[in-house]
Amino acid sequence: MEQYYGYFIYLISLATMGGIYAVLALGLNVQWGFTGLFNAGIAGFFAVGAYTQALLTTPVYTEHLGGYEWPIPLAMLAAMGLSAVVAFAVAKVCIRLRSDYLAIATIGIAEIIRLVMKNESWATNGPRGVSKIPKAFDTLPDPLDKLAFLAMVLALVAVIYLALERARTAPWGRVMTAIRENETAAAACGKNVERFRLEAFVIGAALMGLGGALVAQYLRQIDPQVSDPLTATFLVWVMLIAGGSGNNRGAILGAMALWTVWSATEILTIRLPEAYALKAPYVRIFLIGLILQIILQRRPEGILPEIRPKPHPRIRGARAPAAQTESTGS
Amino acid sequence: MIEFVNFYLIPGLVLGCIYALGAIGISLTFGILRFANFAHGDTMTLGVYFTLSLVTLTGWHPLAVAPMAMALTALAVLGMDQTFYKPFRRSPTIMLVIASFGLMLMVRSVVQFFWGVQLQVMVPGIARPWVLFDTLRILPKHVLIGAATVALMLAMHLLLTRTRIGKAMRATADSPELAALTGIDTEAVIRATWITSAALATAAGVFLALDTHVETMMGFKLLLPMFAAAILGGIGKPYGAVVGGLVIGVAEEIATYPWIGTTPLLAPGYKAGVAFAIMVVMLVWRPQGLFRGRLR
Amino acid sequence: MSRVLELEGITAGYGETQILHGVSLHVDAGEIVVIIGPNGAGKSTAMKAVFGLLAISAGTIRLTGEEITDMPPQQVVRKGVAYVPQVGNVFVSLSVEENLEMGAYVSNDDPGPRIEEIYKLFPPLRDKRRQPAGALSGGQRQMVAMGRALMLHPKILLLDEPTAGLSPKYRGEIFEMIRAINRAGATILMVEQNARMALEVADRGYVLVDGENRYEGTGRELIGDAEVARMFLGASGNPPGGRAA
Repeated sequence: MEQYYGYFIYLISLATMGGIYAVLALGLNVQWGFTGLFNAGIAGFFAVGAYTQALLTTPVYTEHLGGYEWPIPLAMLAAMGLSAVVAFAVAKVCIRLRSDYLAIATIGIAEIIRLVMKNESWATNGPRGVSKIPKAFDTLPDPLDKLAFLAMVLALVAVIYLALERARTAPWGRVMTAIRENETAAAACGKNVERFRLEAFVIGAALMGLGGALVAQYLRQIDPQVSDPLTATFLVWVMLIAGGSGNNRGAILGAMALWTVWSATEILTIRLPEAYALKAPYVRIFLIGLILQIILQRRPEGILPEIRPKPHPRIRGARAPAAQTESTGS
Repeated sequence: MIEFVNFYLIPGLVLGCIYALGAIGISLTFGILRFANFAHGDTMTLGVYFTLSLVTLTGWHPLAVAPMAMALTALAVLGMDQTFYKPFRRSPTIMLVIASFGLMLMVRSVVQFFWGVQLQVMVPGIARPWVLFDTLRILPKHVLIGAATVALMLAMHLLLTRTRIGKAMRATADSPELAALTGIDTEAVIRATWITSAALATAAGVFLALDTHVETMMGFKLLLPMFAAAILGGIGKPYGAVVGGLVIGVAEEIATYPWIGTTPLLAPGYKAGVAFAIMVVMLVWRPQGLFRGRLR
Repeated sequence: MSRVLELEGITAGYGETQILHGVSLHVDAGEIVVIIGPNGAGKSTAMKAVFGLLAISAGTIRLTGEEITDMPPQQVVRKGVAYVPQVGNVFVSLSVEENLEMGAYVSNDDPGPRIEEIYKLFPPLRDKRRQPAGALSGGQRQMVAMGRALMLHPKILLLDEPTAGLSPKYRGEIFEMIRAINRAGATILMVEQNARMALEVADRGYVLVDGENRYEGTGRELIGDAEVARMFLGASGNPPGGRAA
């Protein structure tokens, strides 16, 4: 019986983290899938959200900022807000850059943010991080608290998904696709390309901040390592590309699937003898990287390809464009 | 003043040499293969660990085994190109960037798997600085690094200006389309680019290892400054990358000098931000770099 | 006269859009042949098709009898076709001499003697041999581009709008150079917007409109033709109405 309970708890945690990663992937989808912006600094916005959540909700500590004890939902909104502000500042400077330059710039931003978290110990407690972060529903008895948290995460994913789907088919989303595919033409139609890109970048970053806020609660403690390019940036990229960039369902699918692979391989390797178990993380990373390469070469559009918007019914004689492979315009 | 030279300027120049060598590879790849190679830092790491193993195997000085490590790294990089980059020769460059992103982590995980993550030292022992003119203090290994860097840059200069393949590399960086029209074998140029890039990265990594230590994140930590140096110098301009590397190396070190008062102008923890700041300024103000590299 | 280049019924374009619809033309040894026509007629496309720069869906291209349809550019160069594109036709950071050396890349022989001949053909380049090609004037760059293309004694030289973007003063010089190159033995096929001047230099010409053959004849015939004169010779800035041959 206990064994089943253990599996049950594990499944809850799997779904919870998978859901949080779905939020991140959906955010990246707004930036990359919709608008073609290469954000290699997801970890940075994630960290901003995580630390905002942590510092706003923890009780007073001498080692770092605290004692504000905000209600959790408010803190989550603040996390999204602050990530959005940081993203706005970044985008104002970098949004016009070509893809590879934007990638380099955003990786730099994430590194700078990590340095700030590490060095400004008066605020963040430096490398030791912030702990005892309040978690939503943690007053409930076990396992209801975990289930409630999971429900909240899944509800958020659902809300975000519906909102983004609405946006995708609305004029806003169509302009994004137009900008991504042919910027000159979009600009010629009078669309303020820069403004749209800015909006996409900021909205995506806000979602990444939300993801950070959720992780801060879930793990109950964070440190500058939370801005780790591997788990916070790279993994999300593979999730989106595998699931299908440009497709919101693909983002969720990719997140759940890849997280399951990542987590399950971790469980498997724990059983191994110590010498192997020590090396196992590197094999897993290699595997994820290999999965990315295979998908890039064999099926770059991902499991669920992008759904091209249908032409407006009022345009006579227009046929829906044939399904395309992933458009990777820069 | 002397303190400035000994503890800030000279280390800055040494760091600059390391950045310069690494940035040349990035600039060449950017100019000839037309993409930002995120895996360059971890290629450097691979080269360092090859050197480490060769040192352990032979007992020779790292600089003696470095050429062999360069060859091994070059072979590895050529393999990576064949498997992961070649399929995207005619695709949008973003595919190459994403592939290199993945390769970055794959190479690092291979290094971590085979060599472990503990800190290691290339040449054990404490070195005493030479004292010149009673005031200038310089470590012998820094002299070595500086001299070796000059030698490598000379070799690169000869390659690019005296050999046919070198001229073809410069031609391809100017215009890959025209190079194809002229009958230049672009695959041969690409191979030469990877070999040069890998060799210089290995050298840069070995110098860094000699100056500090050996650990698996060392290449990645250099990625941002190397990109910044390449952008500062101008993409596709290897000599520009050298200047860019030296500028950024020196800037990073002297930024922490107590210019005003007694505390460092910039907290040492933020040294990595200097390269980033320079890079952002360049990208926004003069993206073609100091020496007018290619934009597109 | 031996036939150097022959295009037969070429239909080609970019992706879904076909630009050429069954175009045919030929160039014999020692000739200067010109392709003229309105913008978008497919003149440059015809040249790019020879060089394997786009997909050919129908028709054949033969070089001295050997079929070269769909051959990749690097191979076409080795067969003896030299191409001078309209823009980006020099390596800007390489010196004049290095540019010429690149023209001889596919051969293992010492390029030195041939480079000397090129300098005889284009004297102004000798003084500038060590200067980066990007620092030269438009006309001089054109010389470098042509010199590079001539390094390996190509069977045929393809020139894509050699006077594009040049001031009227240089246009005449360029056409003089083209005559000189031809006298030195080169067979030339060129596309030109400056129709009248090109036709005066040419042995024969083809007029392409909307990707199809419309007229052909000797240079003089086309200059004298009223239709051709009306359509092109007025538009190129020359006085309207051609002179009778």
